[in-house]
Amino acid sequence: MTALSLKNLDIFYGEAHITHDVNLEIADGESFALVGESGSGKSTVLKAIAGLAPEWTGEINVFGKPRSHGIDRAFSRQCQMVFQDPYGSLHPRKTVDATLGEALTIHGIGDRSARIEEVMSSVGLDRKFRFRFPHQLSGGQRQRVAIARALMLKPKVLLLDEPTSALDVSVQAEILNLLKRLRQEQNLTFLMVTHNLPVVSFLCDRLAVMRQGRIVEVADVADLKRGDLKDPYSRELMHISAAHAN
Amino acid sequence: MNPLLEIENLRVTFPTPRGDLEVVRGLSFTLGRERLGIVGESGSGKSMTGRSILKLVRAPGRVTADKLTFDGIDLLTRSERQMRPIRGARISMVMQDPKFSLNPVMTIGEQIAEALLTHQRLPRREVNNRVLTMLESVRIADPERVAKLYPHEVSGGMGQRVMIAMMLIPEPDLLIADEPTSALDVSVQAQVLDIIDELVKRKGMGLIFISHDLNLVSSYCDRILVMNTGEVVEECKAGELMNAKHPYTRGLIASIPRLDETRTELPVLDRSAWAKK
Repeated sequence: MTALSLKNLDIFYGEAHITHDVNLEIADGESFALVGESGSGKSTVLKAIAGLAPEWTGEINVFGKPRSHGIDRAFSRQCQMVFQDPYGSLHPRKTVDATLGEALTIHGIGDRSARIEEVMSSVGLDRKFRFRFPHQLSGGQRQRVAIARALMLKPKVLLLDEPTSALDVSVQAEILNLLKRLRQEQNLTFLMVTHNLPVVSFLCDRLAVMRQGRIVEVADVADLKRGDLKDPYSRELMHISAAHAN
Repeated sequence: MNPLLEIENLRVTFPTPRGDLEVVRGLSFTLGRERLGIVGESGSGKSMTGRSILKLVRAPGRVTADKLTFDGIDLLTRSERQMRPIRGARISMVMQDPKFSLNPVMTIGEQIAEALLTHQRLPRREVNNRVLTMLESVRIADPERVAKLYPHEVSGGMGQRVMIAMMLIPEPDLLIADEPTSALDVSVQAQVLDIIDELVKRKGMGLIFISHDLNLVSSYCDRILVMNTGEVVEECKAGELMNAKHPYTRGLIASIPRLDETRTELPVLDRSAWAKK
């Protein structure tokens, strides 16, 4: 079954035409990566899906239901986003408890305390962090809070916008392991934006390479591991990553 | 030849409500005209080391050392006024993020010229020429157009090249690059580092390259210091990083995913092993 499908998606910021004709089909339970340089439009695709970039044409479907252009509560229960910078994405004057509980209040869900504790333990946050503020947490702990917040409504699809690029390599490893485990436990579908190909290799099943607002190639991660990408631009990205590692 | 920089027992302390916190604890190294990499995680004290060389650690932070000399000059006893001819002109520093480090209300050309004019008097035409040549040498294709732009009109990669141009135009002897590329894309990173590398080699400068990216540091430096909680835990030649002995260094290396990743779980650092002291 298709978890997320994008058809002929063109996204605009005012006059600027950001993406052209983006088509993607992501299966239920799949982990899919969008890679490319800054300015290639990869984050914009996530924002459009999440409803943060409302000027788009084409179709966005989640489990067969089209997304509207406005705020869509049914949609937010299915699909949530984790942002790049855990230092910027948490409200500095709200405790972890308030951040996690807000989604429940908006959606009129009860059983608040139990649900918050359940989600916190699933992302590996100790109970003692529940009434702390973001500035009292480390970067890795904050990213765990951001992931916990996204999981509060028990969504099926997680949109991940460079979830580890602001973190140290050792903390990155912890968060990547966490994401991998959560996906298995809760049968989540991931759409992750990144420019780090080794992370794709670790966490994803398929990837799409974007350049200047267009998808130039969709490939299996197995192809990436074998160094078998077809498009010249994807090969260039791959070679740069490989040169880095050696 | 005398070493360019000699540091012995460098300590940086910040007072906290619970007593003094030492963020750099007894660091010593000497640097010739070579490329030294300092790696470590956030909070390891690597940036504070870079800053204390330029005496940029602000109060209430305190810097002490048994020795801190640059090219025979004792930096510890220098006043702020006496530091001015050194900062920028002889030691300069490339900061992490061009978005926050460039002046938003000055054109790129003016900012680069300012870096030069602060330290020497030159006729306007020559200043102009040097700015354009410098922009060219950081591989900006159209220097005359770019010199007239404001920082918000250029991309991150170009902004970082502008910063490098600004830092290198007074022809310093030592360049400190504090995470010069972590705000940039992988593809642009390589370009920017190649530029730094080429200029450092051509001018025979010393380079201190501070980063958390082990792979980057090992490919662009001659020698590497690995820092953890304010101390150097390992020092080695760049080529030998993969044979590192200290558990911290090995843990860092192991936790990086690889392009042909086959592990189902990444090893995570066990901080308790060496954090107790």
